[in-house]
Amino acid sequence: MKTRSPVLWPLLGLVALVLLNAVHDPGFLKITLLDGHLYGVPVDILTQGSRTMLVALGMTLVIATGGVDLSVGSVVAITGAVCAVLLQGEHSLALTLAAALGAGLVAGSANGLLVARLGVQPIVATLILMVAGRGLAQLIVDGQVIIIKNPAFDYLANGFVLGLPVAPLLVAGLFLATHLALRRTALGLFIEAVGDNETASRFAGLAAARIKALAYVFCGACAGLAGVLAAANIRAADAYRAGENMELDAIFAVVVGGTALSGGRFSVLGTAIGALLIQTLTTTMYNLGVPPAIAPVPKALLIIGVSLLQAEKVGRWLGGLWPKKETAA
Amino acid sequence: MPDHALLELRGIGKTFPGVMALAGVDFTVRAGEIHALLGENGAGKSTLIKVLTGVHPADAGEIRLAGQVIRPAAPKDAERLGLSTVYQEVNLVPSLSVAENITLGRQPGALGFLNWRAIRRRARAALARLEVECDVDAELGSLSVAMQQMVAIARALDTSARLLVLDEPTASLDEKEVAELFGIMRKLRGEGLGIVFVTHFLDQVYAVSDRLTVLRNGRLVGEYATADLSRLALVGKMLGREVSEADFTSHVAAPAATTQPVLAARGLGRRGAIAPVDLALHAGEVAGLGGLLGSGRTETARLLFGIVARDGGEIRIKGVPVRLASPREAVQLGLAFCSEDRKAEGILPNLSVRENLLVALQGKRGALRTLDAAEQAQLCEHYIKALRIKTADAETPIKNLSGGNQQKVLLARWLATQPAVIILDEPTRGIDIGAKQEIEQLISKLRADGLAVLFISSEIDEVVRNCSRVLVLRERRLAGEIAGADINPEKLMHLMAGTHED
Repeated sequence: MKTRSPVLWPLLGLVALVLLNAVHDPGFLKITLLDGHLYGVPVDILTQGSRTMLVALGMTLVIATGGVDLSVGSVVAITGAVCAVLLQGEHSLALTLAAALGAGLVAGSANGLLVARLGVQPIVATLILMVAGRGLAQLIVDGQVIIIKNPAFDYLANGFVLGLPVAPLLVAGLFLATHLALRRTALGLFIEAVGDNETASRFAGLAAARIKALAYVFCGACAGLAGVLAAANIRAADAYRAGENMELDAIFAVVVGGTALSGGRFSVLGTAIGALLIQTLTTTMYNLGVPPAIAPVPKALLIIGVSLLQAEKVGRWLGGLWPKKETAA
Repeated sequence: MPDHALLELRGIGKTFPGVMALAGVDFTVRAGEIHALLGENGAGKSTLIKVLTGVHPADAGEIRLAGQVIRPAAPKDAERLGLSTVYQEVNLVPSLSVAENITLGRQPGALGFLNWRAIRRRARAALARLEVECDVDAELGSLSVAMQQMVAIARALDTSARLLVLDEPTASLDEKEVAELFGIMRKLRGEGLGIVFVTHFLDQVYAVSDRLTVLRNGRLVGEYATADLSRLALVGKMLGREVSEADFTSHVAAPAATTQPVLAARGLGRRGAIAPVDLALHAGEVAGLGGLLGSGRTETARLLFGIVARDGGEIRIKGVPVRLASPREAVQLGLAFCSEDRKAEGILPNLSVRENLLVALQGKRGALRTLDAAEQAQLCEHYIKALRIKTADAETPIKNLSGGNQQKVLLARWLATQPAVIILDEPTRGIDIGAKQEIEQLISKLRADGLAVLFISSEIDEVVRNCSRVLVLRERRLAGEIAGADINPEKLMHLMAGTHED
């Protein structure tokens, strides 16, 4: 018996949402070429969604090990603050990016140490950095919103290469690289094994603690890069608002994308589709003029819907409604 | 039927989905007696205790307490009736004080206010009854496990108990603490309490109990006065094997005695788990590790595989001393270990047969030396065929396979790493008879191929059939070793029981 692809339902959801938009507003899918750059709502969705996608990429691996990382939003704020302060001090872009990535790695290592080596519950361990991290970011920028005036930095989030927006290309590249690194080596199998049954994995000779720690380090690095993109996007470091609620969007994207919160099987492609689905929904509500205050309600409904569709029980029930033809053995 | 019975269970039956846990079990405890409840794994001891204490109401039969029919539907009901239980794992609140733990849920007070003086007074009185000296304001977690156990008993007695159930109370106590506990049990017996004592340790049964009841496979084997039943007879009843049955001996050939052991352990032990053991495994032999449940078999296997840290002794692989401090190191050194708990410690339930089969080999090679698709397919095909694993294909999630086939996949997982030593802890538990035979055939083939096999089993006949040498553990120490034609069920049972043949 072959299991159904976990990507199917979020993909159908995404298509349905896009169709809904296209019916409501025929200009929704229109993409225009202006000054050699692509413009249009779909391009906006990709650009605006790129940060959530990136954070969700790291979150996928953490959730696959059976954990969760609540600190990603604060890490986004920290690295944004680091970038702003360094660029304000006229440091080179290379140094700035290296420092931001380094901050993400350090944050991830701290989480990994707490969870994998000291055995702290993932929610508690990462909650520490979630709370402390935002304070740290405030401390770095001294409570101010720092404006960034650096064209090269700005280009990372708002630029175009060959007519295509840079940020989504960058993130797509990282998704592809991660997918290959996990599936062409045995790393993906090890992560799934540890998430599915940690004790059994350890008894089978896997370095379960190290594998878990690495997932958090990777997640921290992704959040760090997302912080760079977030700061570049608004050309400022806002330690108070940057990355706010991003952990929730990322967890939503991962779960909607078919990776179970209990760990085990994960799908990087599913996460990408899940993140796009959430960004499309956000844009849709904006287009439909839904007040921001009630925007979380449709989001919640969507998540409940997709989660139900993925649940084995509901799947079996639906399968019973439309019985498949038996294939000859 | 004794008319002075305190507690009478008649014809108790309990079925869980797909499993008959108890059928027609009678159990009688008199006031002022210590009654041991005995049986191997899966005999139904814990289910019987749970029926008695209202955790799982019985499907059939009746319970009488001092002649009155009772139907405890929850542990609280049972407690109110005077049936108190102290479980093996002390389930108190470590962060609260001794006094709070003793009175928790029934603190004296009024209108939602606690009367702290009364709480302390009651706690002190409960401890004084046991003649235990203990500060009632101390945090429970700061006390020794033995003292926590005493607090648990004091708590149980606080509810004017008439019957006290002690479920493996001695599992984590040392000898002196066990002696103290026995003192308390005898004192309470003198006060007219009925005490049910669940244990695996035969010495303790004979040291303290007046009568005993043996269960096997959910059925009653019998009730006996402890003094009238010899140890050997008791072991026979627990294992379902009468000593007088026609005995057979091992036909398994031993390897040439001159070979250097593949694995040799000296003074391997851990405080509280197993006293230092010496053992050696040779290529081409199946060595058995026998003993009753709780004798330290699994603990020994876990020390050998680096799952639990040993606190003394050394392990040599082919003569070279090794650290062996984790399963990962053990696998790298050519060891393999099939856990007795297939579900919790063996399978990766949602992953495919292929992934389950290859995970140990891939772990041994490291993440970057990946097996390519063709190699993976070839290995899976080979093992599925060689071990006759019944699965639709290699991509089926392992949880969809039967227990026997899951076990075969786990064996294949280890064979794929080409180990020099394989430790099999109860490899035939919970699988059907056909798969059992196949696994036994496989073990004999592994021996012929030159592996060193350490075989752990509760089934005495299985040990005799498969092993050329058996080490018997009793009460967490090595009780003896028998080899070759000397291996027969009776000898094994004598060693397990700690009795000597005349």
